[in-house]
This record gives sequence, structure tokens and C-alpha cells, in this order.
Amino acid sequence: MTDVPFTDASSGPARPARTGSLLEADARTRRRNAAEARFRLYGIAAVGVGLFFLAALLYAIFSNGIGAFQQTGYTLQVEFREDVLDKTGNRDLEDIKSVKTFAYSPLLRAAMLREIETHGIDTPLADAKVTGFSSPLDKLFSDGARSTLRDMVLADPSLIGQTVAVRILASSRVDGYLKGRVSRESIERDKNLDAVHLDLIDKLRDAGVATKGFNLAFITGPDASDARPEQAGLGVAMLGSLYMMIVVLLLSLPIGVAASIYLEEFAPQNRFTDIIEVNISNLAAVPSIVFGILGLAVFIQFVHLPQSAPLVGGLVLSLMTLPTIIISTRASLKAVPPSIRDAALGVGASKMQAVFHHVLPLAMPGILTGTIIGLAQALGETAPLLLIGMVGFIASNYPDGAISGFLAPNSAMPAQIYEWAKRADPAFYERAWGGIIILLLFLMTMNIIAIILRRRFERRW
Amino acid sequence: MPVLWLVLIVFALGALGFVLGRRRALGGAGGDIRLLHSLPSYYGTNVALLTVVPALFLLGIWLLVQPIVVDAKVSALLPDSAISEGTTRDLVMSDVRRIAEGLDKAVAEGAMTHAQARDIRAEFTDVRNRLGAVGVALGSRVGAPELFAAQRYRRIAGEGSLAMTGAVLALALGGFALSLIRTTPSFRARNSVETGIRYVLIFAATIAVLTTIGIVLSLVFNTIDFFRLYPAWDFFFGTTWSPSFGGGSDLGILPLLWGTFYISIIALAVSVPIGLFAAIYLSEYATPHVRAFAKPMIEVLAGIPTIVYGLFALLTVGPLLLKVFGQDGVGLMQAGTAVVTAGLVMGIMLIPFVSSLSDDIINAVPQSMRDGSLGLGATRSETVRQVVLPAALPGIVGAILLAASRAIGETMIVVLGAGAAANLSLNPFEAMTTVTAKIVSQLTGDADFASPEALVAFALGMTLFVITLGLNVFALYIVRKYREQYE
Repeated sequence: MTDVPFTDASSGPARPARTGSLLEADARTRRRNAAEARFRLYGIAAVGVGLFFLAALLYAIFSNGIGAFQQTGYTLQVEFREDVLDKTGNRDLEDIKSVKTFAYSPLLRAAMLREIETHGIDTPLADAKVTGFSSPLDKLFSDGARSTLRDMVLADPSLIGQTVAVRILASSRVDGYLKGRVSRESIERDKNLDAVHLDLIDKLRDAGVATKGFNLAFITGPDASDARPEQAGLGVAMLGSLYMMIVVLLLSLPIGVAASIYLEEFAPQNRFTDIIEVNISNLAAVPSIVFGILGLAVFIQFVHLPQSAPLVGGLVLSLMTLPTIIISTRASLKAVPPSIRDAALGVGASKMQAVFHHVLPLAMPGILTGTIIGLAQALGETAPLLLIGMVGFIASNYPDGAISGFLAPNSAMPAQIYEWAKRADPAFYERAWGGIIILLLFLMTMNIIAIILRRRFERRW
Repeated sequence: MPVLWLVLIVFALGALGFVLGRRRALGGAGGDIRLLHSLPSYYGTNVALLTVVPALFLLGIWLLVQPIVVDAKVSALLPDSAISEGTTRDLVMSDVRRIAEGLDKAVAEGAMTHAQARDIRAEFTDVRNRLGAVGVALGSRVGAPELFAAQRYRRIAGEGSLAMTGAVLALALGGFALSLIRTTPSFRARNSVETGIRYVLIFAATIAVLTTIGIVLSLVFNTIDFFRLYPAWDFFFGTTWSPSFGGGSDLGILPLLWGTFYISIIALAVSVPIGLFAAIYLSEYATPHVRAFAKPMIEVLAGIPTIVYGLFALLTVGPLLLKVFGQDGVGLMQAGTAVVTAGLVMGIMLIPFVSSLSDDIINAVPQSMRDGSLGLGATRSETVRQVVLPAALPGIVGAILLAASRAIGETMIVVLGAGAAANLSLNPFEAMTTVTAKIVSQLTGDADFASPEALVAFALGMTLFVITLGLNVFALYIVRKYREQYE
């Protein structure tokens, strides 16, 4: 062995000898470290921006929507005068029904004037004149207040002649004023309310007559027309969503599970199977509006199912949810180890028995998780519902039973929110945000159930 | 509800079949289960399956086909003279259907007897008033040919329903009887049941294909109808979009496509950098604690329904941008609904989509590649930029394409946040509209479905479907090709 003299490995262009301390970074290292820090900062900033958007969104939802859960009303002593409501005095229900809604206006005004008097409030409205059928006092009340009184009387004619404490809904402008949505400046251009009204409202609030209370009617009540935002509720639309979800669950869970079992356990490797698989992955990415077009063309134009019916909405959403359920079901079937199947087949079970008796029960938690997540997606979906006509009308009738629940025109929660967002009166915006809070609560509950199911039952093999 | 009853009867027969089949098999074996080929419940299930499945299948097909046949038959009966100027055969047919439904309702509510509904003549009775009394509002006076056609419609539909009931019940009973006769102890009931279930499974799997076929057919037929009324060249290359329901509208798709792409580009410009950097940070830098908190939080954005984003754009972001860029600020913006509003909010919606897809792809890059780079003295950011990202690039491109296809197909944000005017403009602060928004507005109006103004929505839907499908197929192809490299 000859001694080979060591040659300098870096025989390229010679780098200048390092000057200065080893402990001190040179310019190039400093630059690289700075770049490293910058890069890291970009990452932190990106995560921060994402979280900020989430916070901003949630803040916007809650700060705007929480108001919908409170509603202003007056506690008034209403005297149901016999000379107005039942002139004949025989308490005949038909006679009482013949008294029109606007005949109840004087009762409301009198009750309000009495409150103004007992609390010694000084307001020019106290001696406002009644012109025709209207008085400036009417602007304080919701348009629906009179029919509330009428419904009370029709339900219990013995009220006539008595004086009863009733909570009367305030008009949406009054409600907006107490919630800070309507200001004295904005009222100047508004013919629905005047400054004198606001002075009166201030005093009524101090006297404890005008109060804000929990708005149960928003959660359970029906939608109301354009002129009565203070009465609009989400109740009927919630039922519409419920019926749609029943359809989605009944159709997409069995069909989705059956399709996944076939594809995962039985399908031979051939052209047909490939077509189905490609189809499913593409369907998952088809824009939801296209499913709306499908629903309109096939279910409404072709099969002549009733328009705006939750059944049609449910059918469309089922088709949309199907790919989601199939994909998650296949994943959970795949996660069941082959040893389970082998063991079942080994003791003489048929393939079908192995799948249905052993694989499927083990995959069930995963399937249910996927189904709940699919349902949550379907619950929030709006675009296809617009095309099958679940918007554009006032969802004010509760379905009378299961069949009309599926077939009678109804709205759905997201469609109702859209409907409110499109109306002209800004009082509806508060309702829309409030509706979103309810919708998000539902979605959150469903997702939490899904997470709990997964944590509790999912097995790692 | 005769169909509901029919279904219930079939199911009741099936349940009865289960009990009888099981009993017959056990009886044949003298109660000794060991003499049976299959477990007793398989014999029952076999009878139930053969009773229910073919009958319900026939019912479904019949319900789909009958309206077409009845329509065609009645439509052929309508004389050309009944189709007045300005209407089409389809419109008259929809009137006929309404009259027929009205007659059905009148009979159901007892306002007419069966004989009256069958025999009334438009010459002697004001049908419109009679039907109005039961709450069926008809547009115009009911003429003799329409009423006659409606009565024929009712008769043919009634005969069809009767035939359907008969056929379905016969099939159910036939299956019931046949399978019950075949139930002997040596009959291979389990194999028969399993074959049956297998067909049911195959049918379920083909529903996805049927859905796609349904989508394509409903788009294609209506698009062809549209191109018969409106030239395809003007649709694809027209630069004005001004539908007027009175007729004579310009329906050029270019302004809508431009709006769609402009908004999508802004959305991607927001979501891709944020999503990508968030994914890099969370997969390469973040401590497990930060990752466990931040990743699900960002993914919450993906679970929020699009209507919420739409409202956020309309009521929060729009006014906010207007305050900065509007008349009181920079003076560029006229109204809150604009391309930037929709683009920005859509970008927020897509952040989790980009970040979780990129996260998966970055995590799929083998650790050995990072170790090699770090071992050579590269910093972490150099490793990410020069090793991890190039390796993950095809996957990330795929993710961005998927996000783009989402953006193009997104509806609620643009319906609420982008405005309604179709513009070909470069100014992002102007209101523009998109393909999806116009599909909604053309189909939710009161137009009749035979007018080009309504049919154009199907042509728009077809365009949208083709574009998003193309993007998806391409993106999946890229992602799949990449995945194979490291597995």
C-alpha cells in the first residue's frame, strides 16, 4: 500500500478563510437564519389569519343574531269591551268571528292610554286623534297584535267583558330602538315611527311597561309576512328540515351502505365496477346547484311531484349525501381487518353471512359517524332548495300530519334564512343571523355526536 | 294515497310470506331443523324477498313510465286548433293536467260526483268556477278541447293506476305463491336469498350511475330545447347578458363566465397562500399541542354552511369594504355587493379545503427526504422549499384545482354577495354575477319552463357541470399519479 497524500477535498475555487469567531454567525448564515425565521412567521401568520377569520365569522354571527332571541313587548291591561266585540251580547261564536281584526285596534289604544295615564307619562300622543281607522299610537304595536287578541277571544269567548293583562308585541321599529338597531337619526327618514314615539318608548321602558323578553316565538313560531318581522319565526322551517332529514336518512343510509358493501366486499374487478367507482368520486364533486337542476327536471317536471315539498328536497339531498356516505362507509369497511372475515369463513359462514354478521357490525360506528356528518352537510345545504321552490313564499302553516309534512309546500332552515336575508326590512337580518345560530347549534350537536361515537366505539386494529 | 296503500299491502304480504315460508319449511322437515338445507329463517326471507322486491321494482318503473305514456296519448288527442297563438302544446298540456288534478280534488272533496267529473261539458258548466270553489285556481277559461282532454287524461290515468295496482299485486302474489311452492326441506334457500340480496346490493350501487345519467339527461334535453330557441353561437360568444321575460333577450354566457372566473381567482388568491402556509406550518413546525388546537379550529370553517358565508358577505364584509373603498373612503366602490366581497368570503371558505388537502399531501412526503436534506445542513425552511414542496407539488396543484372547482360551483356566496348585474369589467369593486347565481335567478322567477329565459339555466348548468367535472377529473388524475410515486 502506498501512502497517498491527502488532497484537499474541496479543490474547487478556494473559499476565503473564515475570519472572526466561530461562535459568531457570518453574514450568509445570518441571512439564512433570517429567512428561516421569516418563513416560520409566514406560517404563524397564515394560521393566525385563518383563526382570525373564524373568530370574525363567529363574532359577526353572535353579535348580530343574539338579538333575535329577545323581543320587545308591552304588558297591557286590555279590556275586552262587550260593546265592541259582541254587540248582541249572546256570546255566539259566529257573531264574534264576524268582528274583523281591525276592530280590536281601539282596545289596544285604550289599554296603552291607560298605561300612559297610570304612570303619569307626558306625551303628545296621549291626545292624538284617530283619523279613519288609524291612530299614531298604532305604530307602537306589531301589525299582528290585533289578531293575537282576536285569537285569544275566539279561543275563550268568556274573556269578553273582562280586563286581562296581555303581553302585546311591539312593532319591529320599537324593538329595534330598544336593541340599538334603530337610532334617532335613522328614524328621521322613516315614516314608520316618529321621534315622539321614541320619547314615549323611553318613558314606557323606565316605567317597566315596555320590556324585552325571551322570544320563544322565534324558535317555534311560523314565518310572518314582510310587514311583520317582529313575528317571524323558524318553527315551520325547522319542521320542513326535519321531514327532509327523515327522507335523507331513510334513503341514503340503506342505499349508501348497500352500495358500499357491494363495492367493498363483492364487486369483481371489472369495467362496470370501475364505472361505478369513478362515478361516485365525481358525484361527490358535482356542484350542489346541479343537483337542484336534477331535482327540478326529474322530480318536479318529469315525475310531477309537488313543488316546494320536503319530499322532493329530501330526495335531492339524499342523492347529494349518497357519495359522502358511500365514501365513509367504504373506509370503515376497509378498516375491519381481513382476519375477521377469514375467521367467519373458516367456521363455515357464507360470504354474505361473514359480511352481514361480522364485518358490518364492527364497521357500524364508522358508518354512523359518516352518516351523521353527511346529514349535517345536507342540513346546511341551500342552493338546490332554491331551485325546487322552497323559497319565495311565507312558510306560515304547520303541516297537519306526516303526509302533509312530506308533501305540503314548506321551507327549510337554510332556505328560510336566505329568504329573510333577501327581504327589504333590515329587521329581518337580525332574524337571519338568529336563524344561523340555531342552524349552527344543530350542526354542532350533530358533529359532537359523531365525534363521541367515533371516540367511544371506534376500534384500532 | 293508493300508492302508499299498495306499498303497505305488498309489505304485509311479504311479512306473511316470511311466517308461512318458515313454517312450511319446518313443517316439511317434521320440525327437525337438521333436515333443512338452510336455517329456517332463510326460507321465510326467501318468500318475503320474492314477494316484495320484484313487485316494488315494477311499481317504481310503472310510476316513472306512466306519466310519459299518458301525456303522449292525451297530447295526441289535442287538436291543433286547441293550441292558440302564443302557446305551445306543452303549455296546453300543463293546463290539461291542472284541470285533471282539479277534477280529482273536486271529487275527493265531494264537490262533484264521479259521473259529473266524467261528463260535464265546458259548453254548459263554468268549470273554472266549480274548480275555484274547491281551491284550484285556473288561469283562463276552460275550453271544450282542454276539458275533454283533461277528462280523457283522468280516464287513462285512472285505468293506468288500476292496471298498475293489478299488475303489482299479481306479481307480489305470484312471487309469494311460487316461492312458497318451492319451499321444501332440500331447497337451497340460503343461496337463493344471498343471490337476491346480491342483486339488491348491485342495484344500490348503480344508483350513483343512475344519478349521473339523470343529471346528464336532464341537462342535455333541456339544453337542446334551449338551443332550438336561441342560437348556440350567440350563447357561447355573446358579450351581453340581459334577459327580459317579455322576449328578445340577449343571453351571452361570456360576462357570466368572466364573473365566475374573476371571483374564483380572487378566492384562490386569498385561500391558496393562507391555506398552504397554514398547512406547512402545521405539518412542519407546529408543536403537537398547537396542531391539535389549530387544525380542527381551521377545519370548523369547512363545516359552516355556505348560506352563513353568503350572509357574512352580504351583511358584514360588504358594508365593511364599502366603508373603506366606498364613497366615504377611497371612492372605488358603489355598493357592498361586489367581486371582491364574494371573492374574499369565498377565499375564507376555501382556506380549510386547501389546508387540509395540502396537509395530507405534505405528510405523505417520506420523512427520509426531510432527514436527508436536514442532514446536509439545510435549514427547515430550505428543506420545505427545496425538497418537500417540489415533491408535493403535483398533489398541491391537484388540491388547488379541486378548490377552483369548488369556487366555480359555489352558489350561495355569489347569490348574496356578488350582485346581480352581468358585467365584463376589470374593476374588482364592481358588482358582477356568475353562472351559478344566474341559474338561480332564471329558475326561481315566474317564467314558464318553455321560454328561452328559463331554459338558458340548463345550458348554464351544462357548462358548469362540464367545467367542474373536467377540473375534478384532471385534479384527481394528478393526485393519483403523484400518490403512486411514494407508495
